[in-house]
Amino acid sequence: MANDEVASRAAVSPRTRPGRRADAARHVDKDRLTLDWYQDKIVQVVVFLGGISAIVFIIGIFLFITREGFSFVVEKLEITEFFTSIRWQPTSEHRPTYNILAMIAGTASVTGLAMVVAIPFSLGAAIYISEFARGKTREALKVLVELLAAIPSVVWGFIGLSLMNPLIIELFDVPVGLNVLNAGIILGLMAAPIMTSIAEDALKAVPDGYREAAEAMGATRWQVVVKVVLPAARNGLLAAVLLGVGRGFGETMAVLMATGHSINIPDSIFDSVRALTATIAAELGETAVGSDHYQALFTIGIFLFVVTFTINLLADLVVRGVRKG
Amino acid sequence: MIRNAREGTEATSDRHENAIRTRNLNLWYGDFQALLDVDLQIKKGVVTAVIGPSGCGKSTLLRSVNRINERLGYVRITGGIEVLGHDVYEDGVSLPRLRKEVGMVFQRPNPLPISIRDNVLFSLDLHGTRDQGPGKGVKEEIVERCLRRVLLWDSVKDRLQAKATKLSLAEQQKLCIARLLPVKPSILLMDEPCSALDPKGTAAVEELIWELRGVYTILIVTHNMAQARRVSEECVFMLMGRIVEHSLTEDMFAAPKEKQTADYIEGRYG
Repeated sequence: MANDEVASRAAVSPRTRPGRRADAARHVDKDRLTLDWYQDKIVQVVVFLGGISAIVFIIGIFLFITREGFSFVVEKLEITEFFTSIRWQPTSEHRPTYNILAMIAGTASVTGLAMVVAIPFSLGAAIYISEFARGKTREALKVLVELLAAIPSVVWGFIGLSLMNPLIIELFDVPVGLNVLNAGIILGLMAAPIMTSIAEDALKAVPDGYREAAEAMGATRWQVVVKVVLPAARNGLLAAVLLGVGRGFGETMAVLMATGHSINIPDSIFDSVRALTATIAAELGETAVGSDHYQALFTIGIFLFVVTFTINLLADLVVRGVRKG
Repeated sequence: MIRNAREGTEATSDRHENAIRTRNLNLWYGDFQALLDVDLQIKKGVVTAVIGPSGCGKSTLLRSVNRINERLGYVRITGGIEVLGHDVYEDGVSLPRLRKEVGMVFQRPNPLPISIRDNVLFSLDLHGTRDQGPGKGVKEEIVERCLRRVLLWDSVKDRLQAKATKLSLAEQQKLCIARLLPVKPSILLMDEPCSALDPKGTAAVEELIWELRGVYTILIVTHNMAQARRVSEECVFMLMGRIVEHSLTEDMFAAPKEKQTADYIEGRYG
């Protein structure tokens, strides 16, 4: 038996080398030709395109709005007047003017009030979800917050128009209920869910070891939150607020419906105002393509783009700061 | 001194002799029972090591003394634990007060991401400085005293404002011990305090534990039998949630009473 085996091995062994070589060759063939190989390549290309599309689109959008507004900015725009005069009279027969100070004031006042509403709500909710709620309550709240973020802005605008408007008129005895207060509250409620999500992520990123250490030293849960978690999550929370501000600046429909849309620098929260975004939305459809008015609206678009881009960039840098520290 | 005083009062009261005492302690994580009928008496001022294989319940035992276990939320306990004669599982026990009395050092050094100085003063800050006289000079004195006590002062005295998380792991662990001291605890729980450290760091922390012996009651959980031998005066061997043996360290390693202990010490399992 044993001898037979040895004999057969000896007989086979001279043939093994060429056999292996053939195997190797076949293996290479497999690499080149099979369906798997093509599939792999195709998926690679698709994923790559998906990955760079974000960059392509953002550059494309920027180029588009710049091209439409460019000649106006270069040839006709008085930069200082554009930003410092409140006269936006695009349909004037004698001398149309395109200056946006009033709209900047409108957007800023609404966004500012929105943050006053949204920051306590969203930070409170994030702290509760991340540090106090447990089990099912926590999961349910997280889902609800996501759902709130999914409400379309026109629905919020509708609430502002038909619910808040009469309420504000009755409560504060003012002639118009579509004003800074109305839009600020609506926008604040709109921005709060997203800010809550981001703030909660920031709180969750605080290592649990910190909480445990503080609790083991006798910190109450509130002390843990105030003295350990909030300071450690500071940058992430700031980023959440910044993204909320960016959202406020960019929001259009709800603001258009709830501000009253009148060009005006507000003296109080009961004054109607007009937002930059709402101006574009309301007027672009009525202008002739390429006219001064059309280009002025695109200039507002460039301004909005730059502002929101800066805010988002800032938020991103702040978050990166958190990772380094 | 301290020991003499203790021996003198030995006959009068058992309560003052024991820093920690558990009675019929059973503990469940959900459905899993991690501790079974643990009866243990830890003497005041003594370094006691708890040894045993992974999952034998030694960390669980440690973490139920200061009730930090309850963070998990699914822990159930029967029986009782007395710390300095007071049942810590009674209704109305103040957890901050308990944890001020019973400090804890964790497996991974976990200084807070603030300065070295603020880490040391953190517990004072938590427990209020009303009786401390919050003068700045006093605080600096406390920082220096506590850091000296853990043999860390000389290496950090010039960078007290530096972030504590920038220190080496061994230094961080010493700092984690130092920050317990300002509120004058009487018991220190240490959960494998050296397992994240290199041999040099381990030696430094062991030296410190030996240094603190007598002043503080120290209960240290360790995987490392050689370490238990080096730093402890008494030793508890646990297996599958039960106490198998509790004796003087030298006795346990020289002549274990139980066969399971002997097998573990000789490395037949674990």
